[in-house]
Amino acid sequence: MTLSLPQRLKRELAATPLDGAVSAVLIVAITAAAIGFLGWAFGRAQWLVIQANGTLLAVGRYPVEQQWRLWLLVGLLAAATGLGWGLLRGRRWPFNDRLASVLLVALGLWAPAALGLSLPLQVRWWAITALLLGLRWAFGRWGAAGLARLHPRVRRLLPLGFPLLYLIGLWLIAGGLGLGSVAPSEWGGLLLTLLMASLAMLLSFPLGVLLALGRRSELPLLRWGSVLYIEFIRGAPLITLLFLGQNILGFLLPGGLAPDRVWRAAAVLTLFCAAYLAEAVRSGLAAVPRGQVEAARSLGLSVPQTLGAVVLPQALRTALPTMVGQFISLLQDTTLLSLIGLLDLLGMARSVMANPAYLGKNAEVYLTLAVLFWCCCAALGLGSRALERRLDTTRPA
Amino acid sequence: MSHSLEPAAAPRPPWWRDRRVMPWLVQAFVGLVILVVIAFLLGNLVRNLTAAGLLLSWRWLGQPAGFDLSESVLPFNAEMPYWRGLLAGLVNTLRAVGFGLVGATLLGTLLGMASFSSNGLLRRLAAVYVEVIRNIPLLLQLVFWYFVVFLSLPNGTEALQFPGVVLAKSGFYGAGFEAGWHWQGPHLVNGVWQAPLRLSVEFTALLTGLVAYTGAFIAEVVRGGIAAVPKGQWEAAASLGLHWATTLRRVVLPQALRVIIPGLNSQYISLAKNSSLAVAVGYTDLYSVAETTLNQTGRAVEVIVLLLGAYLVLDLLISALMNGLNGLVQIRER
Repeated sequence: MTLSLPQRLKRELAATPLDGAVSAVLIVAITAAAIGFLGWAFGRAQWLVIQANGTLLAVGRYPVEQQWRLWLLVGLLAAATGLGWGLLRGRRWPFNDRLASVLLVALGLWAPAALGLSLPLQVRWWAITALLLGLRWAFGRWGAAGLARLHPRVRRLLPLGFPLLYLIGLWLIAGGLGLGSVAPSEWGGLLLTLLMASLAMLLSFPLGVLLALGRRSELPLLRWGSVLYIEFIRGAPLITLLFLGQNILGFLLPGGLAPDRVWRAAAVLTLFCAAYLAEAVRSGLAAVPRGQVEAARSLGLSVPQTLGAVVLPQALRTALPTMVGQFISLLQDTTLLSLIGLLDLLGMARSVMANPAYLGKNAEVYLTLAVLFWCCCAALGLGSRALERRLDTTRPA
Repeated sequence: MSHSLEPAAAPRPPWWRDRRVMPWLVQAFVGLVILVVIAFLLGNLVRNLTAAGLLLSWRWLGQPAGFDLSESVLPFNAEMPYWRGLLAGLVNTLRAVGFGLVGATLLGTLLGMASFSSNGLLRRLAAVYVEVIRNIPLLLQLVFWYFVVFLSLPNGTEALQFPGVVLAKSGFYGAGFEAGWHWQGPHLVNGVWQAPLRLSVEFTALLTGLVAYTGAFIAEVVRGGIAAVPKGQWEAAASLGLHWATTLRRVVLPQALRVIIPGLNSQYISLAKNSSLAVAVGYTDLYSVAETTLNQTGRAVEVIVLLLGAYLVLDLLISALMNGLNGLVQIRER
């Protein structure tokens, strides 16, 4: 039975007189809030603080003459994204893809202009957007055919491009090996936030899996060691652990060997995230039926083979939503770096607002940050749900 | 020719496949690695602390603190010793956590129930609220509440006034009983608000942020719990002629609580830990006092041991309470 629009509205908004009254109050409140907000955003708000400090918020005090390295990195990332996207989708352009392309084009044209970037910088953003979408189109059209011509052994090596790209990115950011080095204390803003979050995610993953295996192990030493570590970390607020990293790590290492504050914070974030990931993986491991292990063992697979080929693939698939949730909260937790004096996105924003010229522009800056974080986190969540559907073996392909 | 009934003795497996040997070797190896790492770290710690003249000692706890707290439930001033300051910080933390637990539970329960409302707008509003709050860092939300919302409130006669409640830049004022059991609302004395219940603006901002954030997570827990009750239970109760509210109270909630309470436990613990972000809005909680103490005394190890210990005990306390509660709502089988 299909309902007409007025019927549907009545059922949704005013099924009973009380519901109708509640709806009326809510509609008035929402409209008033929206009018108030829009009036502020397009009237009283002064967005100049974002325009003038766009570069600071994006990369912090990264030396201007070295910023071409970051541009190169963004270009490489765009190229890799376009390539992977094209290979994944092929010739098809489903609704999602068309929507994403339109959004990307709109963002590429509007954002640089809204930020008041100089023309050469705007052109760079246009070029990067064009590169992404162009590669998406080209690899969607001819990528599959090209891939088929490759030797299978070469084809299997292709995904290694992503970790390689990550290492290249680190090299471009930090320098060394021929490039002038840029000290971690000069990284800042969104660059530092994303770098810390991605580094901690990557490094904490293997650690978390090991801890989860240890916690479910039959060997008492491994089990109790893992339990102790996980519960200790989970019992402490992150800020106290970061505080510990800044104040005690120096004492724990031989004099003069203590790494830079940025690396110390990265280490703490990694160790912190690993404990929570371990719990996610543990719940995944618990969901693998015992018969799977017994079947694998009776086929003569060794313990590492059983884990790697039978148990972990199933466990990680079950644990995926929780793990992504953990990564999202890790991304949010990087804001705590501002409390120990690092200039991550929030720290940079606070130092911008300490500038007398921008005093009192809290609302504009914090709102921009909130939108940025919201988009990143929501995108991660969407991606995780898509990956979940893709990995779901119970669903017909 | 007699066949032996016993199977031929299988060849002994090599030692690395022997399940009696390998586990112990692995454990011995891991244990050795852990021991070596710990010994290395502790050795460095002792050596570095000796060099800095900061060997473990607790005597500094009795020395006068020399700093004041902007806000403290326990009376505190600069002449009092450090331990008293840390205790005052702990009490402030407990105060924030206590108020926060009550507020977040109320908000979360209401939101969770709203997602089962027959009103489509209310349902979607609850969902949007949860999606927005969960994807923005708590610290950002706290500084937003403090710097953008509460510090821009006016003072004096222009403050936000509701029946029995006043919100001003100087804090939150609520009606209550004054001495002699007479009801007293917020009132102006020489342009300054006075009321029986007064919360500082820092505490109000912290509380608002914690409640708004944790409430969104609790809403999901409550929603999941109610959704876990089979639909047949609602229908059976309705066919018995029970009212919607009675159904929720007597049939659905008792069953949902079994799912909700373990989820609440972890949200409560994360609220307790998140209260340490109070330092960003200038509320003098335990972490903030500890930070000041460390900066003044340089006693890094002792301060952090106290800090971690206090939060660990707080977590365990919440866990124990919630586990007790969980035991009460579980189905008692014969």
